[in-house]
Amino acid sequence: MTVQNEVWLITLAGMGLVALAFIYVIAKSGKPADSSQVQQRAYAIRRWWFLALVLTGIGVTWASLKQFPIADQHMQSNAAQTVDAVGHQWSWELSRNSFSAGIPVEFRVTSADVNHGFAIYGPDGRIVTQTQAMPGFVNRLVHTFVQPGRYRVLCLEYCGLAHHGMMAAFEVTAAKGDRP
Amino acid sequence: MNAAVPDAAKDALTRGERAVLFLYVISTLAVFVLMMLLGLCMRMAQGTWIDIAPDLVYQIMTAHGAGMVGVTGIASVAVMWFFLRKYVPLHVSMFAANYVLFMLGAVAILASVFVGGYAGGWTFLYPLPVHSMNVWSVNAAALFMVGYLLIGVGFLLFYLDAMVGVIRVYGNLGRALGLQWLFGGEIDKSHPPTVVASTMVIITNSLGILGGAVVLVMSLINAYFPLVVLDALLVKNLIYFFGHVFINATIYMAVIAVYELLPRYSGRPWTVSRPFLWGWAATTIMVMIVYPHHLMMDYAMPRWMVVMGQIISYTSGLPVFAVTAYGALTYVYRSGIRWTLPAKLVMLSMFGWAAGIVPAIIDGTISVNRVMHNTMWVPGHFHFYLLLGVLPMVLAFMFYLIEGRTRANTPSGRMSFPLYVLGGLAFAFAFLAGGHVSVPRRFAVHAPEWVPYDQAGSIAAILVIAALLVFAVRIVAGLARSPDHAASAHAVR
Repeated sequence: MTVQNEVWLITLAGMGLVALAFIYVIAKSGKPADSSQVQQRAYAIRRWWFLALVLTGIGVTWASLKQFPIADQHMQSNAAQTVDAVGHQWSWELSRNSFSAGIPVEFRVTSADVNHGFAIYGPDGRIVTQTQAMPGFVNRLVHTFVQPGRYRVLCLEYCGLAHHGMMAAFEVTAAKGDRP
Repeated sequence: MNAAVPDAAKDALTRGERAVLFLYVISTLAVFVLMMLLGLCMRMAQGTWIDIAPDLVYQIMTAHGAGMVGVTGIASVAVMWFFLRKYVPLHVSMFAANYVLFMLGAVAILASVFVGGYAGGWTFLYPLPVHSMNVWSVNAAALFMVGYLLIGVGFLLFYLDAMVGVIRVYGNLGRALGLQWLFGGEIDKSHPPTVVASTMVIITNSLGILGGAVVLVMSLINAYFPLVVLDALLVKNLIYFFGHVFINATIYMAVIAVYELLPRYSGRPWTVSRPFLWGWAATTIMVMIVYPHHLMMDYAMPRWMVVMGQIISYTSGLPVFAVTAYGALTYVYRSGIRWTLPAKLVMLSMFGWAAGIVPAIIDGTISVNRVMHNTMWVPGHFHFYLLLGVLPMVLAFMFYLIEGRTRANTPSGRMSFPLYVLGGLAFAFAFLAGGHVSVPRRFAVHAPEWVPYDQAGSIAAILVIAALLVFAVRIVAGLARSPDHAASAHAVR
């Protein structure tokens, strides 16, 4: 399952839970009861789900950061495939446009003019990874492609009149030993 | 002292106050409708239902973004001013000055966009405003920034006046926030939640606007003296600090309407408690340090800052869920609440805020942000809590102002609320669904496979605008009627 699908399901579930809580309370809003009793009970319940939220947050933080999702920007590159990517209003300049799947690729992303967003779209039309292309900075984006096919680079940081047309493409070929 | 349901008699306005407040209400309604129409044009152009040249789409996008952020701010100021003046002395002249400066700023922004052709986005990310490839002039970009400065000065005047008022009554800002009760002591239950929320906003948004002013002045200097080169990452940090604090402050100002109005319909006073005070104290800090979650894809950012962005994104949701939204639910549960339109809008606002935070928090995770950043997911979550959270808070306040002056039970009155809810949900979900399939935000032209989301969003936007128009007509008609209506609450003093 892609990250996008996981996020979509978690979001729908979370919003659904919030909606259910509101629907329940609205349905029960009619018959008046002693407010101090209601509040005492509500505060007691809150302690438990607050604790559950905190524990969930700690767990998700640990799981999502134990392997930091962004490459160390100060490390010497050891990726087998490297490419310089420079954003211009309104085109991408890539120093190579063919990579092998299964082997890490290091994109050294920068901009010659304004801020751009360097987003890589997979053959299925979904984003696989991204970074910003900034004037005066080089961002190291390291990614290992799994699926062979044609990938596109779109600009995801608004950069002026032809922002939507700022695209490039490259091919990812099957790793040696893999069937195409 | 024990808390009581807020006394409506204290809401009375002098003639001068009424005139200025009504100007705020009528102007903000007009701007909201106008900005929604601009937004609709954008969605319909993306959905290929109308043909608008990309340069004009980006101008519309710029005006829509700046206009919506600004008008949400000014509408929320009206809420804060109306309720805070019951507890601390405020000068109506400062409230009026904010309005005048906002209008001057709005004229400057509209002129820079629609006369000067400026289309650098509401975030004016350096160096785009001065590097447009000759699409617009440096003067147009400068006029846009001067417009922001005028608006910022107006807000600062209002906050300084409020700060003086709060300090006069409570001695200092810390006592107004209730910091003296965080670790113990008997809490004064009559301490108004309105004062706590207002003090938090005074502190944070004054600093946010000052950050914005610094970056605007830096950008203006660079515009006319290009040899003074700016650091793009520093500028980005300042802009997102300012932008994040400002838009969040609109929520924290508008939520005062919930604290003040819900007790009047549920009959249960909203009292300060230790969790409430902790929630607001923590939010004061968190709202200022969470902004790096906008910069997670700027890999040049120090690692500790983006980690902080993720962690604070999670923790900043806790006060919303555990204090305000949950508090609202407990005040409504078995209360025998009168489900008037303001009460319904208050409840909708709590749902919109709490539910809208879910996709926002998830996107605050670095590994999620890597595939969701700057997709339609982002406008999805912020439209959710602005359209279904903040705007209903503001509308609840406006309907409260005209309570007794308008017939609630007209067919259009009955239809407009469900229409607004349905349209708002569909509109926000069209964005979120687009983000789920990686549709980029801020694209004037969309690929054919993205168009169905745009068309669904356009239909939903039409529903929202229709409902808002009905709301706006009823509110303006209510304001125009004699003030001697049933509730003495709003009578002219």
